[in-house]
Amino acid sequence: MIESFDAVAAVLLIPLAAAALLAVLPGYQLSARVNVLAALLTFLAALSLFFGRPQPGPYLLVDDLNNVFIVLTTFIGFTTSVFSASYIGHELEVGRLTPTYLRFYHAMYQILMFAMNLALLANNIGVMWVAIEIATLTTVLMVGIYRTHEAIEAAWKYFILGSVGIALALFGTILVYMAARPVIGEGTDAMVWTILITRAAAFDPALLNVAYVFLLLGYGTKVGLAPLHAWLPDAHAEGPTPISAVLSGLLLNVALYALLRFKMLMAVNPAALAPGPLMVTMGLVSLIFASFMLYRRRDIKRMFAYSSIEHMGIIVFAFGMGGALANFAGLLHMTMHSLTKSAIFFAVGHIAQVKGTQKIADMGGLTETHPVLGWGLVLGVVAIAGLPPFGIFMSEFLVISSTFARQPWLALPLVFGILVALGALFMHLNRICFGEPRGPVAKSDASYVPMFAHLAFVLMMGIYMPPAVVTWFQNVAKLLG
Amino acid sequence: MHGLVFDIAHSLAGSLVLVSFMMLYQDRLYALLNTFALHAFVLALSVAWQAYIQNAPHLYVTAAIALVFKAIVIPVVLHRVIVKLGIHREIEKVVGVGFAMLAGMGLVALSMVVMLRVTAEADPLAREDLAFALSVVLLGLLMMVTRRNAVSQVIGFMSLENGLVLAATGAKGMPLVVEISVAFSILIAFIVIGIFLFRIRERFDTVDVSALDRFRGERR
Repeated sequence: MIESFDAVAAVLLIPLAAAALLAVLPGYQLSARVNVLAALLTFLAALSLFFGRPQPGPYLLVDDLNNVFIVLTTFIGFTTSVFSASYIGHELEVGRLTPTYLRFYHAMYQILMFAMNLALLANNIGVMWVAIEIATLTTVLMVGIYRTHEAIEAAWKYFILGSVGIALALFGTILVYMAARPVIGEGTDAMVWTILITRAAAFDPALLNVAYVFLLLGYGTKVGLAPLHAWLPDAHAEGPTPISAVLSGLLLNVALYALLRFKMLMAVNPAALAPGPLMVTMGLVSLIFASFMLYRRRDIKRMFAYSSIEHMGIIVFAFGMGGALANFAGLLHMTMHSLTKSAIFFAVGHIAQVKGTQKIADMGGLTETHPVLGWGLVLGVVAIAGLPPFGIFMSEFLVISSTFARQPWLALPLVFGILVALGALFMHLNRICFGEPRGPVAKSDASYVPMFAHLAFVLMMGIYMPPAVVTWFQNVAKLLG
Repeated sequence: MHGLVFDIAHSLAGSLVLVSFMMLYQDRLYALLNTFALHAFVLALSVAWQAYIQNAPHLYVTAAIALVFKAIVIPVVLHRVIVKLGIHREIEKVVGVGFAMLAGMGLVALSMVVMLRVTAEADPLAREDLAFALSVVLLGLLMMVTRRNAVSQVIGFMSLENGLVLAATGAKGMPLVVEISVAFSILIAFIVIGIFLFRIRERFDTVDVSALDRFRGERR
């Protein structure tokens, strides 16, 4: 009991302490190592939550659902910090970053980890909102860190759209409190999620409906759902690549997690509007829109940013469909997408450094000039496109088959979107990895361990899923209703 | 609900909507800044009145933050920024004043219809407060989309946050944590924006966001 309480505190306090330390620590090699170490310790603390968890308090909560998210977040946070160590060293040599900015970067990285963990652990919808706001602000600062024209434009756009989104989400949060107050009474209790969920059946459904619309628009902006996605490609393309990996792999998930929590709240109230159809529509729109947008991309990071929108569309679609199987598929897809997409960004980061550009037109024949990087990217794209034997094939197959079983006509646009995206990805992949080598061919002294670790995990999940994981995901899927 | 208590709360929240409208048609930065200060001042009064009628002393803190920080400090700082950047000229608008006012009226009507209908069960004070708050939020959004200048977009955003504070204080007994967080987030947001303004200045010699448009989109 006491030990497990420490684990929760550790997940939050290690990143905070590390941020304070990294803000003053000179020397990039030392601080990169401290960054990796802190991320590793956080990950281990998160793992220990599997073996014992505290009772939910008024502010913090650990349950089956967020445990998955926390472990995934801290794991990718750790591998990204390993990737970041080799990536940032190169940026420093090239002179894109100065040592001062690097200190700032490392401190921000840990604050971002803290904010995401807090958002996931929060039992209080107000605290959750604050945490997501902090996460947004830190990523805004990191996106703008190169201070080029494009980076500042991207950061400004992200900041304005993100703030509007976050403001709408706060309004939704206030409305949820208003709905809860007559039932639960005034004060903190009416914002505690574990209390809300037990009493939500008695809330005023009309108020809850309006609240959900605001929450969907607000947090949906952060998830990058289609009409609200405008910030996402810029932020991914212009910031440092480790941040692109964290944005795609983690921050989108955190916002999605917030949406899921409120969806569960809505599901408890029989008179409230069903959140499913709204999510299904937004998911499909995002999927199809992003699939077509993939074709005309000239910037490699921007292309994979659109691929993230596409996959978030699939995930939101799956959770919108609901039911044990679709939720299971959605969870699996989310996990697989996070791992695969961050692996791809690890590869892309090194490729962009070798080639000195992010333009697809200036890259080519990577499998000849840089076999490890080239084939790594090929594997990653094969995985993200949803081909067997990788885990995404499994999860997409489950999403499609569960949709066929219940709403066959909805499966059509879904399959269509996935196929369109597959075509676009392979078109670009062919140009980047095969054919005549283009651009500089300097050797890259990067660390490939994080990338291949992710891909190996995704491959394993595609071939054989450990029964423990299956049971765990099934429990969570049931929880999601 | 006692008549007078209700009327005062009501008219204060209503004035906030009115000041939001006034901000829509200001076409000089100084005037806009002064109107924003008025906006924050009205908000402070409204929050203080809520603190008094709800008997919730912690709300006085929120009122004080609104008064000191938003009605005095931010306008003064922004004033200096404007002087320093030398941009006290007319504001460009994407759409005309007439259209902005019409759209604003439409938004207020929309929020009245939506909020009054769904909160029929709630107590009348909270209910009308919420409707006004949503109007202020939507007007803030409108202002952000009708302006091109970075400073006025920021002011639009802050007026939007004022609407959120109004909603949060109108919700009786809402925990303090949220109020502080709202104030805190504005503080952070402001610092961030300040940095951005200077960075934009450094790079483009203008704070007109349209200058950024040259750099948007795909790299060619």
